[in-house]
Amino acid sequence: MASYQDYLLFLADNALILGQRNAEWCGHGPILEEDLALANNSLDLIGQARLLYQHVATVRKDGKSSEDLLAYFRDVPDFKNYTLLELPHGTALLPTSRGDRDYAVTIARNFLYSALMVQAWAALSASTDAQLAAIASKSLKEVQYHLRHAHDWVLRLGDGTDASHARMQAAFDYLMPFTQEFWTASAMETSAIKTGAGVDMSAFKTEWEAMVSDTLQAATLKVPATTGFVTTGKHGVHSEHLGFVLAEMQSLARAHPEAVW
Amino acid sequence: MSFKAPSSAHPMQPDVLPDGPLAQSQESQDHHAIWELLEAVTDPEIPVVNLREMGILRAVRQGPSGLEVVITPTYSGCPAMGQMEDDVANALSSAGVAARVITQLAPAWSTDWMTPEGREKLRAYGIAPPVKSACAAASGSSVIAFAWRKGLVERDTVACPQCGSDNTTEISHFGSTACKALYRCLKCMEPFDYFKPY
Repeated sequence: MASYQDYLLFLADNALILGQRNAEWCGHGPILEEDLALANNSLDLIGQARLLYQHVATVRKDGKSSEDLLAYFRDVPDFKNYTLLELPHGTALLPTSRGDRDYAVTIARNFLYSALMVQAWAALSASTDAQLAAIASKSLKEVQYHLRHAHDWVLRLGDGTDASHARMQAAFDYLMPFTQEFWTASAMETSAIKTGAGVDMSAFKTEWEAMVSDTLQAATLKVPATTGFVTTGKHGVHSEHLGFVLAEMQSLARAHPEAVW
Repeated sequence: MSFKAPSSAHPMQPDVLPDGPLAQSQESQDHHAIWELLEAVTDPEIPVVNLREMGILRAVRQGPSGLEVVITPTYSGCPAMGQMEDDVANALSSAGVAARVITQLAPAWSTDWMTPEGREKLRAYGIAPPVKSACAAASGSSVIAFAWRKGLVERDTVACPQCGSDNTTEISHFGSTACKALYRCLKCMEPFDYFKPY
């Protein structure tokens, strides 16, 4: 039986994991302005995750749940984020070492996710859960900036040099199949939709596809097929990459539990 | 994420607050002395404006267990928020006022809530104040229409805080803090921060 907390955790984990991934660029951005942009983007996403985790802790009323417990002391199968969001910043064809992060992958992912969430947060700001509605109306303002930022870079890199065009296209070719997970059903979403607290992501598919194809067309890119394996991150069945993200993110908190600073 | 007591220790209050800028004069408000006292609490990152002028300080009211001072966060991840909460609490306790500081999310903060004097202080400090907040005005499906068909490609006309020229250009959507973008004046050539409409 899926609980409403699972639905909130799904929204929170999406924000936290993408925030953590984007924060990997902090100090390593391709140019100073983009370093700042990605750090700000992460700050927004981690802020959204905090508000959602605090809300889960309040809903649980068990006296021991807290945002830190939820972020730092759960393991891979407990996380409900889309698999898309945990992937490293490189296409499958690139070596995986840190020095080979590809900014095109970062931009493509932020674009695909923001184009979904700009609609999702707008709809969730009318959620029957007043606290979720409040979080959604804050998050909506932030994701509009993220969408604009990613959109501008898709245009610039797609309609740029031969090298930037090829990398932007490779990034979309690689990531697009992972977006199929947006539209699949899950028990936590179905039950949250029933109570009016949650929203049906599949209702946003048409508009999302229009945003993606308009932008890619303007950027002289081809819209890749979205066929193939459908990932299952939101069901807690993740790629091999999430464990590494969590290891880096959680190790300090686990080495010094209940540390105060 | 802080290791301090999580703010869920005092859950958000369901009370409804006014959605919009506060009245310019707080003279008629209850708890006048506390409003006066909090005039001295400034934004930790922009020390020329206080929390009322920023629209962050929302209410001083009588709660079920005593006085409550309500503040609202700007950006979800604004790192100055914890500092502001502490600064308000310190100002109250050092004046011997027993009051709880409550952080409430709804209605969501907007740059439209900044007072005219706050905007002028920002400009004088070298930060271009926010133009209208399109985000706050849009809602529901019009948000998508706005975000997509118009807002993404339109740019605000921002006047240079140094020379006043409208001939400015955006260098980066994101600046030194979450709330600012980086601009440059094409007339006097000075770079400047622009407080983003939110």
